[in-house]
Amino acid sequence: MSKELIRLSDCTMAFDDDTILDNINLYINDQEFLTLLGPSGCGKTTTLRIIGGFLEPTSGDVYFDGVRMNDVPPHKRMVNTVFQKYALFPHLNVFDNVAFGLRIPKTADGRPGRKVKLSKDEIRKRVLEMLGIVSLKGFEERSVTSLSGGQQQRVAIARALVNHPKVLLLDEPLGALDMRLRKDMQNELKNIQQAMGITFIYVTHDQEEALAMSDTVVVMNEGVIQQIGTPEDIYNEPKNAFVADFIGESNIVDGIMHADAVVEIFHRKFRCLDKGFAPMEQVDVVIRPEDVQIVPEKEGQLVGTVTNVTFKGVHYDIIVDFYGFKWLIQTTRFYPVDTKIGIKIDPDGFHIMKKSRYSGMFGDYSSYSEEYEELADVNYDPDEDEGSTDEEE
Amino acid sequence: MKRNKLFSIPYVVWMALFVVAPIVLVVIYSFTTVDGGVTLSNFTRMIDYIGVFIRSFWLAFVATVICFALGYPIAYMIAKERAGVQRLCMALIMLPMWMNFLLRTYAWMSILENTGLLNRFFSAIGLFDLINQIFGTSLTHFNMINTPGAVVLGMVYNFLPFMILPIHSVIGKIDRNLIEAAQDLGSNGYHVFRKVIFPLSLPGVLSGITMVFVPAVSTFVISKLLGGGKDLLLGDLIELQFLGSAYNPHLGSAISLVMMVVVMICMLLMNRFGEGEETAVML
Amino acid sequence: MKRERRAGNRLFMALIFLFLYAPIFVLIVFSFNSTKSRAVWSGFSLDWYRELMQDSEILSALSTTLSVSILAALIATVAGTFAAIGFYNMRKKWSRPLITINNIPVINADIATGVSLCLLFVAACGILHFDLGYGTLLVAHITFNIPYVIMSIMPKLYQMDKHLIDAAQDLGCTWMQAFYKVVVPEIMPGIINGMLIAFTMSIDDFVISYFTAGSKVQTLSMTIYSMTRKRISPEINAVSTLLFVTVLVLLAIVNMREMQQEKAHKKALVRARQ
Repeated sequence: MSKELIRLSDCTMAFDDDTILDNINLYINDQEFLTLLGPSGCGKTTTLRIIGGFLEPTSGDVYFDGVRMNDVPPHKRMVNTVFQKYALFPHLNVFDNVAFGLRIPKTADGRPGRKVKLSKDEIRKRVLEMLGIVSLKGFEERSVTSLSGGQQQRVAIARALVNHPKVLLLDEPLGALDMRLRKDMQNELKNIQQAMGITFIYVTHDQEEALAMSDTVVVMNEGVIQQIGTPEDIYNEPKNAFVADFIGESNIVDGIMHADAVVEIFHRKFRCLDKGFAPMEQVDVVIRPEDVQIVPEKEGQLVGTVTNVTFKGVHYDIIVDFYGFKWLIQTTRFYPVDTKIGIKIDPDGFHIMKKSRYSGMFGDYSSYSEEYEELADVNYDPDEDEGSTDEEE
Repeated sequence: MKRNKLFSIPYVVWMALFVVAPIVLVVIYSFTTVDGGVTLSNFTRMIDYIGVFIRSFWLAFVATVICFALGYPIAYMIAKERAGVQRLCMALIMLPMWMNFLLRTYAWMSILENTGLLNRFFSAIGLFDLINQIFGTSLTHFNMINTPGAVVLGMVYNFLPFMILPIHSVIGKIDRNLIEAAQDLGSNGYHVFRKVIFPLSLPGVLSGITMVFVPAVSTFVISKLLGGGKDLLLGDLIELQFLGSAYNPHLGSAISLVMMVVVMICMLLMNRFGEGEETAVML
Repeated sequence: MKRERRAGNRLFMALIFLFLYAPIFVLIVFSFNSTKSRAVWSGFSLDWYRELMQDSEILSALSTTLSVSILAALIATVAGTFAAIGFYNMRKKWSRPLITINNIPVINADIATGVSLCLLFVAACGILHFDLGYGTLLVAHITFNIPYVIMSIMPKLYQMDKHLIDAAQDLGCTWMQAFYKVVVPEIMPGIINGMLIAFTMSIDDFVISYFTAGSKVQTLSMTIYSMTRKRISPEINAVSTLLFVTVLVLLAIVNMREMQQEKAHKKALVRARQ
């Protein structure tokens, strides 16, 4: 049922001295909703453009259905793209935009053969059908520049889907929409994908979006795939500190695995569920804020002091200082600053990860963001940092 | 901020005096004669010169077509190059524009004259001997100067950059994503050009056409220097009426008025569809 | 792009550049010719430059041209700046027709502008009893320079962040101070560009000067024109060469300024993105 449709094999993309993608290996199944997720500059859009045919990898191969596709130009691939800024043709109205691809004589399936031209009636039928699917019935004659962001978005989707591609590439399509509309569009896209049975490859930096829509999430950073898995796997079993921090909120502390199912943090031993580490191996321990129970000081497995309280509506975010390390804990009760509290963590609240190059970089809530810490560093030079190049975004 | 508006008052007065009033004068003169009566005789007299009108418009039209045929491909090619190369090319194209246009036109004289460079070159390589042999003629030179062809050449030479600039500017502004979107939907190179690039470049084309046709129709230096002053163009005609032998500012005004009307029509067309000529003027 | 097509493109571009520069090249080469011929090369010489330096007609025309151009450019820049700011602060209802009128000298054919001004001056001179001369020439140049200045400044005004003026006033500036401290620096590139363009337009102008300078005053273009009608001499070539070199240097300076500005702008953008 799930047959492999696209494979990227050892793909590397280098631009002058910059390595944008480093040895990417990835396969995508038919009818899958796969999301490339990561911060800006991680290489996700570059990967998408390689699949779309707008870029050729410096090394490595791209396969569609087992056929090597590296030098096949975009207009010959059975792939369509929804661009980040929609890229609607300003000189054509909604109907002509959507019909654009249909009016080009193409072969069936993109394989070599006689090119077929669709009849005017057939084109009209398909365009109107597609406009109905994206809820834009009646908009055929409108000029695209007069539409709202959400409407333009749907025209872009219709224009791509009307060609019945096997694969649809979406480059952060919902970024410009406001929150509620974005959520509605997420649902709509998911429904369309399942109804039409098309493979969606989706690029975003919004992890909530990725978790909500995808069958498979590919987390990327600095041109390297960090983890591939279902949304639940990525959330519950992050492989390294980067993934743990990027997806949801995580407290990440140093720990030592004494033995299977026993981990020591802050000089205390806890029961956990993870196995398979060497005795006394140094590990990263992830504890999600929602897995921490607050108990009176005397009953706590650990004791800490509240340093910050923020009301979030559904709950309070409190920052608690444990032996110099700041944790984020979510609780529905209010605890004033400087309160001493105890915490209890159930065995399934621990997630143990092997140490990686990201260890120590994330998980401490002295600040929420990297940038804030950089501000305090007098010697920090933004130009020295590996930032995004213009190609990437 | 209201005070800021007053800043422009002096200039508005200036414009009234030196832009609007002169035009009003032209209108008045065209409808009057030396004796002072209101009349349409100036316009009826223009019918005598219908040949001049036709010639001017025709030559300007030919020059515009040639400028388009040469200018569009160049603008397109340059727009495809890297930014650094583009800047260099555009600077190279604009540089001659900054040279005095009299001198640029004059330069062609020494090239096209009967004893000029080209003819000497042809003579030196034996072209005339060859032609004489084949056709049994006795050519010593090609008659290139003082022909309508030379005038058109002068027009094209002087105004070609005005065609290239706006077209290049508009093509350069086309969103790269649009081209990729067309490719994504199945367009090959030619289809992308025909369905996306060319339609979107039309405002620039319209600007270019206006910026070539208008000066071409009204020039008088080019026709004097390269056309020998035999076949009059509109510009020559007008000059004659004002500073030349046939001193008749009323007729001259009438001709100028007609010309201005033509220009205004072109301007209206361009405003509706075209890209502001300011960008082209902005060098 | 395929290799053959690229080569074809390059060839076409080269031909066009050749076409554009061949006459100029010829002019320059023959300015150094040792004989009077403009088509037959007889040897290198600087004679024509020497003659040029001694030709009082040309030299006085040159000084007239320079003084008119500089004066007109300066006056037009100042006037145009104020006018542009005035238009910017107007309601569209008023500014649009005014700007259209402002554009007339630009769009109108040279000869129409020249002829209409000539009519005005002749009529005015008849009534006020003075002749066409330096004054009318200057007025004409200012008239056609100001629109270019305005066209150079308006885009900069519109690009300017409106909140800058609010911020300046919020921090204590009167509107006048806000104007000098904030608006003028923002639009300065437009002002300078406008001045350069005005200057160039004045130097290059022939037709309008021809109709408005009268018989006693000559600009360089007018002198050249009469030379081409009467005696054709390689002095003209020498003038061309000198003009060409001057323009080349000016353009190079302007371009380098632009490149520097662009680089600084790009760096700022990249920084802001991080």
